[in-house]
Amino acid sequence: MLKDITLGQYFPGNTPAHRLDPRTKILLVVLYITALFTAGSFLAYGLMAVVLAVCVRVSKVGLKALVKGLKPVLFIIVFTGILNLFFTPGENVLWALGPLQITAGGLRNAAFMVLRIMLLIMGTFLMTYTTSPISLTDGLERLLNGLKRFHVPVHELTMIMSIALRFIPTLIEETDKIMSAQKARGADFESGNLMEKARALVPILVPLFISAFRRADELATAMECRCYHGGEGRTKLHVLRYERRDYVALSLGVLILAGVIALRVFGK
Amino acid sequence: MSTMIETESLRFAYPADEGQKPVYALRGVDLTIEKGSFVVILGHNGSGKSTLAKTFNAVLLPAGGKVYVEGRDTLDQEFLLAIRQRVGMVFQNPDNQIVANVVEEDVAFAPENLGVPTEEIRRRVDNALRAVGMDEFVTHAPHLLSGGQKQRIAIAGVIAMEPACVVLDEATAMLDPLGRREVLSTVHRLNREKGITVVLITHHMDEAEKADRVIVMNDGRVDLDGTPQEVFGQVARLRHLGLTVPDTVDLLDRLRQKGLDVPLDALSVETCAQAVAGALRKS
Amino acid sequence: MPILEIKHLTHTYSVGTPFQRNAVEDISFSVEPGEFLGIIGHTGSGKSTLIQHLNGLLRPTEGEILLNGKDIWAEPKKIRAVRFQVGLVFQYPEYQLFEETVYKDIAFGPKNQGKTGDELDHAVREAARLVGLRDEQLEKSPFELSGGQKRRVALAGVLAMEPKVLVLDEPTAGLDPAGRENLMANIREYHRHKDATILLVSHSMDEIARNADRILVLKSGHILMSGPPSEVFARAEELLTAGLDVPQITRVAMALRDQGIPIDPAVYTVEALEKQILALRRGGGLC
Repeated sequence: MLKDITLGQYFPGNTPAHRLDPRTKILLVVLYITALFTAGSFLAYGLMAVVLAVCVRVSKVGLKALVKGLKPVLFIIVFTGILNLFFTPGENVLWALGPLQITAGGLRNAAFMVLRIMLLIMGTFLMTYTTSPISLTDGLERLLNGLKRFHVPVHELTMIMSIALRFIPTLIEETDKIMSAQKARGADFESGNLMEKARALVPILVPLFISAFRRADELATAMECRCYHGGEGRTKLHVLRYERRDYVALSLGVLILAGVIALRVFGK
Repeated sequence: MSTMIETESLRFAYPADEGQKPVYALRGVDLTIEKGSFVVILGHNGSGKSTLAKTFNAVLLPAGGKVYVEGRDTLDQEFLLAIRQRVGMVFQNPDNQIVANVVEEDVAFAPENLGVPTEEIRRRVDNALRAVGMDEFVTHAPHLLSGGQKQRIAIAGVIAMEPACVVLDEATAMLDPLGRREVLSTVHRLNREKGITVVLITHHMDEAEKADRVIVMNDGRVDLDGTPQEVFGQVARLRHLGLTVPDTVDLLDRLRQKGLDVPLDALSVETCAQAVAGALRKS
Repeated sequence: MPILEIKHLTHTYSVGTPFQRNAVEDISFSVEPGEFLGIIGHTGSGKSTLIQHLNGLLRPTEGEILLNGKDIWAEPKKIRAVRFQVGLVFQYPEYQLFEETVYKDIAFGPKNQGKTGDELDHAVREAARLVGLRDEQLEKSPFELSGGQKRRVALAGVLAMEPKVLVLDEPTAGLDPAGRENLMANIREYHRHKDATILLVSHSMDEIARNADRILVLKSGHILMSGPPSEVFARAEELLTAGLDVPQITRVAMALRDQGIPIDPAVYTVEALEKQILALRRGGGLC
């Protein structure tokens, strides 16, 4: 079911992972991703996995929820895995069938790629699970604040982002409803070739778009009625302030990245 | 009593297709809404009641005539924010007016826009949520709440502006009976305890029972205007306008036609039963 | 033989997660051909889950649904055929309109059914007539119509499949009084002239009181009461304790009884109450 999509979901809580400043969490994810792309050995990936495991433990987000987040991208993971597995050239051929061959390098590459994508997704999901979309976009807005000088509409962009996140569950629910309604009129989404399947989507997409526009229109009016007039002069319910824990967390992040770089440089 | 909202021969037309004459949704409305009153505006679809409501806080601007909010002309751009802060509006679809994923953030939206200092926002959010009885839900995700709860959050989001008047534009239309009761008792309480002027647009006749004043719109004009007893007494007129009357009034009307001496203005179940019992004892 | 039989229906959501819950639990009832059954219950009482089982949109976790004595899931591949026999009109059905013209939108269901040519044209026009759409409106875009008209187009889209059983979820929600009355008249007409069986889910007790032959009251996934309106509304106190409404006239009758006036508890319409009051006056038996 569509309702199983967990993108942009937030699990309220009050753990240290929840309490960190969103800016810290965004920066940590950037460090984490850099480290993932620097890692080149099982030891380094092992270290990253341990880091993630610790963070998951601290956040009290169930591992199940994280694994569930992998579901929608399962195809990409399997696909890259297979691609790397079969199409990495190398000398140490372990198995071959026509143009397909598995080399030791391929096995290693495939394992690394799959690990990298999985860790990457679980790591970023951990951030969205522990940070409310509002504070996430808030953090982003503050981090990018400097760009305002170059006439980048930072407030507008982050406002768009937070509204988009706000409407994901609403639109998913709506898609489910429209699908059921069309099925009740005998629509068939399962059988037929690709063309027919694509055509079968029209009765879902048209109402969905119309409704999205209607919602956008009504939301804009409602926002105006609540005195929204752009980012100018806006104050905040929650003002972001770096605490000691943020400095500690950031230092740890930098240290781990340094460790992974060291493993790469000296680990050969 | 002082005046909250005043309209003077107010006219409004929606933009028409090319080559077509504009259709007037409001054709000369003169109304004065007193501060602290609870006013219900009834009318069938297309009677102009929603259009009228939207002129009360300058979402729509008059095409002719004037609307004054506490004496300020809504056509004057300078007063725009001040007017919207004084007259809050709640709409029909709860999902399309909630901005944030967390209840408190959503309620804070208007004060944030108004540049209210942080500690003051906190105070207003907490007060507003308490006023609508949703203070347990501060950190909840709005999309997981019931329809009635979502509408109460929307009301809190408006209350946080500390307005003098709240306009509910068919805000109960999509709710189940329980949700409707929640919203109605909330706005009645706000009216009673905080003296907030309430303008409730609806096509549920029973929601008008406890109002101070009922206005019936038809064809862009005010057709009936008075206390609920006065308005619902006009059974024939209401039916002619495509509106139903409450079953209590329908019953009294039928009994009168059969020669039973009952008043027509006993709207509520209790007063209706008393009237019937009284008449039966007399005869 | 009943046209629909629901036997020990249980539906469990989110099996195996902490959110696991039974939306309906061990529900059994049957519906006779031509019946007009009203279903009432709170949001969350399980009525939406229940009705989505009747045309096979949801599959029972336990129990079975018999249509004309046959289990609808006997051949899962043929479930689409069930949807043409049990038409389901969702809440706010106007939000599923998608075609360029009203005609094409109404034709979507019967086309899926395999109807073509004259047969299709006849089905569309007959459905349009039933809901009171004029011929020239059929060539308009559905999005140009008013809210009430859109709702009627959506209803016609289901009626055009000529279902023997018509299930409606809150068909009049959000309409004004005239719109509500029009739509209910359309539904009554389909009931009468096509010998159809109607299942009407509504929050409006007055609507149910005026139309249903029998009422099913759901509460937290179970059947709380079932019977003709006079019996169900006679148990007004129980309904009110369960947090449900009763028709306004039932409450007036209760208040009159409280004042010592002997009104039959089975009275729930204006007409019936009027008659009783007039009879009491003639009897003059009050002091």
